[in-house]
Amino acid sequence: MIRAGRLCRGLGRPRPLPLPAPAGGSAPRSRQLRTGLPQRRDLFRDLEKEVVKFQKKLKESLPGSDWDPMGTTKGLPPERADVVIVGGGVMGWSVAYWLKALEPRRDALRVVVIEKDPMYSQASTVLSAGGIRQQFSLPENIQMSLYSAFFLRTINEHLGVVNEPPIDIQFNPSGYLFLASEDRAAVLEENVHIQRAEGAEVCLLSPAQLKKKYPWINTNDVAVASYGLENEGWFDPWSLLTAFRRKAMSMGVCQCFGEVTSFTISSREIMTPEGELTFSRINYVRVHMPNSLEYQPVECSLVVNAAGPWSQKLAEMASVGIGPPDTQEGIKLPVEPKKRYIFVWHCPDGPGLDCPMLVDTTQAYFRREGMGGNYLGGLSPPEEEEPDIQDLEVDHNFFQEKIWPRLAHRVPVFESLKVKSAWAGYYDYNTFDQNAVLGPHPLVENMLFITGFSGHGLQLSPAAGRAVAELILEGKFMTINMEKFSFNRFVSGEQVLERNII
Amino acid sequence: MTSGPSPCSCDINFLSTGESLCWGVVRCFSARAGTKISSWSLASSTQASCSDLWPPEESPAGEFKLQECRAFPHLLGARRPYSSATCPDPPKGGILRYLCNRFYDIEYLVGWSAKLRYRNLRRKNVYYGYTKEIYGDNVAAAYFVLSNRGRVRFQGQETWFSVDWRGKYSSDFLQLRDVPVVAIDLSGSVLNYNGLDNLVKLTALRSLDLSRCPHVDDWTLSRLHVFKDSLEELSLAGCPQVTERGLACLHQLEHLRRLDLSHLPSVPTPGLIRILVEEMLPQCEVVGLAPYSGAQTSRDGREEPGVPSGARKAGEIPA
Repeated sequence: MIRAGRLCRGLGRPRPLPLPAPAGGSAPRSRQLRTGLPQRRDLFRDLEKEVVKFQKKLKESLPGSDWDPMGTTKGLPPERADVVIVGGGVMGWSVAYWLKALEPRRDALRVVVIEKDPMYSQASTVLSAGGIRQQFSLPENIQMSLYSAFFLRTINEHLGVVNEPPIDIQFNPSGYLFLASEDRAAVLEENVHIQRAEGAEVCLLSPAQLKKKYPWINTNDVAVASYGLENEGWFDPWSLLTAFRRKAMSMGVCQCFGEVTSFTISSREIMTPEGELTFSRINYVRVHMPNSLEYQPVECSLVVNAAGPWSQKLAEMASVGIGPPDTQEGIKLPVEPKKRYIFVWHCPDGPGLDCPMLVDTTQAYFRREGMGGNYLGGLSPPEEEEPDIQDLEVDHNFFQEKIWPRLAHRVPVFESLKVKSAWAGYYDYNTFDQNAVLGPHPLVENMLFITGFSGHGLQLSPAAGRAVAELILEGKFMTINMEKFSFNRFVSGEQVLERNII
Repeated sequence: MTSGPSPCSCDINFLSTGESLCWGVVRCFSARAGTKISSWSLASSTQASCSDLWPPEESPAGEFKLQECRAFPHLLGARRPYSSATCPDPPKGGILRYLCNRFYDIEYLVGWSAKLRYRNLRRKNVYYGYTKEIYGDNVAAAYFVLSNRGRVRFQGQETWFSVDWRGKYSSDFLQLRDVPVVAIDLSGSVLNYNGLDNLVKLTALRSLDLSRCPHVDDWTLSRLHVFKDSLEELSLAGCPQVTERGLACLHQLEHLRRLDLSHLPSVPTPGLIRILVEEMLPQCEVVGLAPYSGAQTSRDGREEPGVPSGARKAGEIPA
């Protein structure tokens, strides 16, 4: 009996319990009757527990030391990946999600998203005002925005994960109201014509109608206004980013916090009719871990540049823009960070619940924030007065001197207000024509750009991400044709101008 | 099991039933704790064809939240998906949740059942284009409303067209080709954003009752601006997905005289929102959204006893 017990303990099986002595008799107990199945213990689970215990003991025995002989660096990206997306903002995660959503097999593509700042402290996505509008002048922008509005409306169908609460992006369908003075009235009407042709619900308002609808506006020098009736408003960018991230990670996308410091490139010279060109290919992406000297070279076949304001720096690592100025190799990616401020103020008698996102004739804008009489707004300064991009410090004088007078002129109630807070963020400003750069580079064969949105990236992110994913998986654009936004326009010099940039 | 091309993954299907059952049971119970396993290699078909999303007839792959799986309500805990508390922690219990976390198959099955539910919803809210072509906007709208078990009233008529307890309705409304529809009662129906396609052309609509519609949300409200010249009465009582952000876009309805906003669980501060809505629509009587539940105050301060919205018919003003 005892031997059997020890054996059972050693093997991890419980001892068979002896039957209780039968009452009223002393019949000899000859054999045990096991009525229950033995509890099966998992060998691997026990081994894991033992290893964890050993590691803890080792850590305790070396007090004050960081040395962990059994440990591996956490957070390293995999050694090999198919698509490496540099930049973990809404664009990067949108591409990652669509790559997984459009490819039916689960592990067909290994996608890694590399983000250098785990706190997202300087990321443009989370510092954005979060507006979505269809009032653009370029049909492709309008189409992208309409698609993104559809995506946000059906966000739970797209990005819903089993067992997670429903996604709420807190969309305010209050619309954008653009005001135009005499000299820009014709342009505004033409834009509205284009927008309605693409299917956006936009209406034109005369000053009288404007005054009747929004009595708190001063319509003195307003010639015409355009108001977006549907699919326009603002939402919470952080919720969208988190939803994309959660869904993409549930579909198998790998996330890595680290900084890309260099690429390993192989190149070859090819004689073309235009002369000798250097075609190159990125073979390895070197990712440095935060606060550490460790790095991991990730072997990859495609690199997506979704780095936003820092895309030019990343492109230069791939020798885009490094070369003699009048050659194709010398054309830089014309995306630069531009600092923009957003101020939040409180005005007790301000416009009520019906306040849209109002864009003034002077390009100052503001919108309602919440229900407590708070508003937020800003202004894009002219070219000569661009603020310094070294850090994200806010210049409060800017509000005093530039924004407040314009808003007070337009909305007289804003003459008395109190600034509550302010922050600054970067636009990934395309200095060439203020429109997106989407698609591959002509010389660096496996680098794709999805950047340069100049302040309207968040609202176009689902559509742009889908376009790049289609380009990667199918080789061409399937839903919206975005050939216009390719890098080649910088080579040929044709600007694709967007007239409605805030 | 790797998800290879389909001929290979069907191998396991050719085992006999007994063998495959044992294989499934053995795989189920011999997995390591914390790992998800799949006994069949059907894992491949989850991100199934994302065929044309645009125009939005088909939905892409997407896994649905477990809370809306109506087949197992008792396993989900007592949590309402659209309550005003933002993102509460999901309850710990539930056999289905445990199974979902452990096995890919079950997770995909739950995802598919959710996709099926979305597809059903889309089918119920489909655009009645053919009827519109043949009979005109008004009759198509009436047909849509009656198919969704609602009630509709035409101009000049006293009686409502409605469905009986079996879901049947008479086809008399087909004769009223050019008579505009003035009142629609779609309370409790599954109307959503897409279903409004059938109603947006009704230029003479005076009363719209959307109480207790679970799929009417802020986006749907933003579409109601088309009725700005005619709509006088709107009821959104008991709609769980309507928030104060959607109420902000009702300012376009200039002729609105009566707005019922009782029992909106997703509006966090009813008293404040009531004041803001009353300021936004000065000529409209706002019912509901009282700071404390139970009483509904009308504009002149009279206290009315709380009348459940179901007991009140659209078009009738309570005594």
